[in-house]
Amino acid sequence: MTEQKSFQNSIIYLDAVTVDYDGFKALNQLTFMVNYKELRVVIGPNGAGKTTLLDVICGKTKPAAGRVVFGQDKELIGKQADEIVKLGIGRKFQAPSIYGNLTVWENLDLSLKRNSKGVFPTLLGKSTAEERERIAQNLETINLKDYAHTRAGSLSHGQKQWLEIGMVILLEPSLLLVDEPVAGMTDKETEQTGRLLQSLAEQRAIVVIEHDMDFVRQIARTVTVLHEGTVICEGTVEKVQADDRVREIYLGRQKVAH
Amino acid sequence: MMASKESESLAPGGGGLAFWVVGFILLIAMPLLNVLPPEDSWLHLSDFSLNRFGKFLAFAILALGLDLIWGYTGILSLGQGVFFGLGAYCMGMHMMLTIGKESVYGSDLPDFMVWNQVKELPFFWKPFYSFPAAVIGAILVPMLFALVFGFFAFRSRIKGVYFAIITQALALAAWLVFNRNDTNLGGTNGLTDFKQLIGYRLSDPGTQRVLYIVTVLCLGGAYLLCRWIIRSRAGRVLVAVRDSEQRVTFSGYTPANYKLFVFVVAAALAGLAGMLYAPQVGIITPAQIGVLPSLEMVIWVAVGGRASLAGAVLGAVSVNYGRSILTNYFPELWPFILGGLFVVVVLLFPDGLIGIMRKMKERMRMGKAAAASEGKR
Repeated sequence: MTEQKSFQNSIIYLDAVTVDYDGFKALNQLTFMVNYKELRVVIGPNGAGKTTLLDVICGKTKPAAGRVVFGQDKELIGKQADEIVKLGIGRKFQAPSIYGNLTVWENLDLSLKRNSKGVFPTLLGKSTAEERERIAQNLETINLKDYAHTRAGSLSHGQKQWLEIGMVILLEPSLLLVDEPVAGMTDKETEQTGRLLQSLAEQRAIVVIEHDMDFVRQIARTVTVLHEGTVICEGTVEKVQADDRVREIYLGRQKVAH
Repeated sequence: MMASKESESLAPGGGGLAFWVVGFILLIAMPLLNVLPPEDSWLHLSDFSLNRFGKFLAFAILALGLDLIWGYTGILSLGQGVFFGLGAYCMGMHMMLTIGKESVYGSDLPDFMVWNQVKELPFFWKPFYSFPAAVIGAILVPMLFALVFGFFAFRSRIKGVYFAIITQALALAAWLVFNRNDTNLGGTNGLTDFKQLIGYRLSDPGTQRVLYIVTVLCLGGAYLLCRWIIRSRAGRVLVAVRDSEQRVTFSGYTPANYKLFVFVVAAALAGLAGMLYAPQVGIITPAQIGVLPSLEMVIWVAVGGRASLAGAVLGAVSVNYGRSILTNYFPELWPFILGGLFVVVVLLFPDGLIGIMRKMKERMRMGKAAAASEGKR
């Protein structure tokens, strides 16, 4: 009963989840599990259901069937997105989604975990010294210390990606979902992002979706391969790359083959 | 001064000094120019001009609310005229009831009811015998209406152009309802022929001067309220909703509640504007609250400069001033001028008059800097 045992240890557990978009099954009886403080990379060809997987976990998409369990016993299906955030799941989107007309500092300040994010507490709320300290630390982590009072809209693409990662971390998630963080980044930025994610994984579980195989090799411990809405292979990078079915799916795709 | 540092992207220029200077001119200088100089002096501000300016300032209060919801939060409401109308009609009903025996027919009922052979005052008119009830109603009725309408619209995730369309439909519906004689609100002719307000004759220039001053004070209060909202963390959430609603949701906020809040605040300010408008202009009809006036209100804010409170005030005053000048000379051309103005602003000056002023200031500063470095050499 190894499966039973690992379910006990998992931070997120998807059991036979199906997402149906008018007959197209974006996820098909998918079973997927990530342990506490694990850094998991999910790869797969376009349309494999990678982003849908994250959408289901963070409450953006409602599955037609299956269970999604967070921690030991929290069922996520039917919960609103903001409730799921409060439980401790943070999501970074593929295209940087930040507040371009606010400063970097303000972006981070809005993202901080707070007891209430209702209209009136937010209207009256003042930042505490402790909160400012945390934002300042966060600016160091994401390498944007010198940009605290810059309009976020004028940052470079890579800096916007880091800013969004920083915003999500301030929500103090125990599970961080990251969708293609290095798309469009320079080699140097990609490497810095890899190190950032690895250091973040020391304290929380992270699920990263990625296409860039060099990046996957840099950060991955365990890789899950999705295809047509189901998991077809899971294991170390070497194991996955040696797998016949994975090769078949990626036939003609040089990234995995080399 | 951490707080001011954090809000610098939202309150460019600060505007502390400008607020007091403009406040002094509006609140003290203009009424004094109306009272002190003899009538033939070039310094004299006529009763007509002061009264007209009071009307523009009432519009500016509405523009502030519209700027909150459209400029800052990015939600285009084409139905602000409805909330304005609700406020104006609440005050109008009170003033109709205080006409009493002075009316043309000498009845306790408003003239149009006698004309329409209504024998008894409809129940919803009765609370408006009371002046405090009229004041509270003028603000509370639009707020409640916005609360119910906004609750369903935002909960159903109606946004962007769809929200603009349903608010426009709302304006059309309100116009139709207020136009009907059966609604008992005066039909097409609206409410007019007001005589007095809490015992003061509206035809007396002194009464109008006081109404003007009250309007200036309300505008100042509305401005401070909006500035307080914008500079708070909730104000930044509003801008965040405009920039990336998805990120706001996944940061643990419920954007629908913030939209509802700002929609209700905007409705309250529109109601207040209507309440101040009715006694100063002396008439409120459905033609002032429908689709077209609601669109014009959007143009005020666009011309003044979105996402700038000073811009909203400036836009409301300047467009209406332009209107009152130009309709004297070319009344039939005004719709084309207004439409053309909107197109030009959207295409060439997306930040409106405030944007142009900021650019000029920037250029002057750069010119000075250049001159200074020239001098050094």
